[in-house]
Amino acid sequence: MFTAAKGRLAWSAVAVGAVVALAGCASGDPLDEGTSTGEEGAAAPLVVSSQAYYSNEIIAEIYSQALEEGGYEVDREFQIGQREVYLPELEAGNIDVFPEYIGSLLQALDSEAAGGTADEVYADLQEALPGGLTALEPADASDQNSWTVTREFADKYDLTDVASLANVTEPISVGGNSELATRPYGPEALEAQYGVPIAEVKSIEDSGGPLTVKALVDNDIQLANIYTADPNIKANDLVALDDPDGIFFPDNVVTIVSDKVDAGAQKILDEVNAALSADDLVSLNSESVNDQKSADVIAEAWLTENGLI
Amino acid sequence: MNLIVDAIAWILDPAHYGGPNGIGVRLIEHLWISVVSLVIAGAIAIPAGFLIGHTGTGRAAAVLVSGGVRALPTLGLISILGLSIGIGVQAPIIAFVVLAIPSMLAGAYAGFEAIDRRIVDSARSVGMTEWQIVGRVELPLGLPLLIGGIRSATLQVIATATLAAYISGGGLGSFIFLGLRTNDYTQMLAGSILVIALAIAFEGAFSALQRLVVPAGVRAGQRTKVRSGSPRSAAEAE
Repeated sequence: MFTAAKGRLAWSAVAVGAVVALAGCASGDPLDEGTSTGEEGAAAPLVVSSQAYYSNEIIAEIYSQALEEGGYEVDREFQIGQREVYLPELEAGNIDVFPEYIGSLLQALDSEAAGGTADEVYADLQEALPGGLTALEPADASDQNSWTVTREFADKYDLTDVASLANVTEPISVGGNSELATRPYGPEALEAQYGVPIAEVKSIEDSGGPLTVKALVDNDIQLANIYTADPNIKANDLVALDDPDGIFFPDNVVTIVSDKVDAGAQKILDEVNAALSADDLVSLNSESVNDQKSADVIAEAWLTENGLI
Repeated sequence: MNLIVDAIAWILDPAHYGGPNGIGVRLIEHLWISVVSLVIAGAIAIPAGFLIGHTGTGRAAAVLVSGGVRALPTLGLISILGLSIGIGVQAPIIAFVVLAIPSMLAGAYAGFEAIDRRIVDSARSVGMTEWQIVGRVELPLGLPLLIGGIRSATLQVIATATLAAYISGGGLGSFIFLGLRTNDYTQMLAGSILVIALAIAFEGAFSALQRLVVPAGVRAGQRTKVRSGSPRSAAEAE
């Protein structure tokens, strides 16, 4: 009898636990911490945020240190997931400064958006941004999505750009984050637009990081979604395929700011972006990936080097 | 409760069952990864546990090793293994074997250790060989604890097998990762509910099995103990 009662108790505990756990999830948006009251006045610190992407965090850290140097108080809220997660927070005015990429952000705001040159995309982005948010002048540095292959594979099928993937005769495996399947430049688009023979899409959830690179080098996948500013491309002799049709939008680094960011702070951020070149971004990333330095060390060194702090 | 209703509707939607990313395939992958990991872990941990339990040596080492291994973060292990052996199911399976071993090892040797030494000694004194003692005395008496160890390892592995999807290993974690990455909480919760349901199903099966494997003699003994629930009769039993 005792054993039976204990059994029932355990089962009730499981049931109660499950209900409590599920109820926890039920209150709508799990990330909603209630409306932020946003203290009025100059004392309120500027909230600087970043994506859950090491390179983006370095840029956010650079912004933070530059703003602090200019006498602004900064509240760092880094590593907030992917765009789907932080965009509502940005639109709600809970974030004041966010390093973004013009093309990807435009596509997220307007799925119908036409591509084009960096200038065109930037102009479209300014229109697409909801009220209360401003896109500052983009940097020269860009960190674009790319379809990347190994040098060996590129030579075998004479690959130079995305369209030439149609030369590939064997069915290939494509690797990248799982959200790739839902993106406008994803495997489905490659198949439909260029007739790329795709056998399988393998989800590797490290955003084109070391596991993705390893899979590509091992030939577990033949085509990977890797960012162009990734130092691994050079280190592993990979080929980021050109994109003449603009299936990937130009992705120059751009600062999205809220109304709380005054002219003085905007000037500081503009100066930072003006100094941030494409090569700089790759070497900043390399310091993180290859030298394992932390974002604040990398940011401080770069700012000092460019005479910004 | 909308999100839960949506998630359950998502699970029930027949459109989500077909194809390589459907619930059917993912569920089978999840089960396959879990079962393979548990079988390998069992093949290593159970004989080792029996040896430790029977001989009584190496217990300190086993406690130390399994305690240390328990502290290993599985996602980190998967990433490190993935960097050396590549993507796919191998790295997650090794990580889940490592995850499952401590519970199984503890269940196996604790089952043997919990047996009254006088019972083992009497078995030896009636002329049983060591193999007979292990097979006919220690194994049946230790089985409930061993099954308990396997049960807790199974629960851990089924819940953690979601991480296989991190490195292209498939399984129900795919829904959780995709949901997480695209803000599709319905899909994420649906994936979680499927994992919970799977874990509860195994839990139910093991709890039945655990009751079933108690030897008849021991069960009779337990019944006496249950009846003598009062402190007075408990003292008498001593």
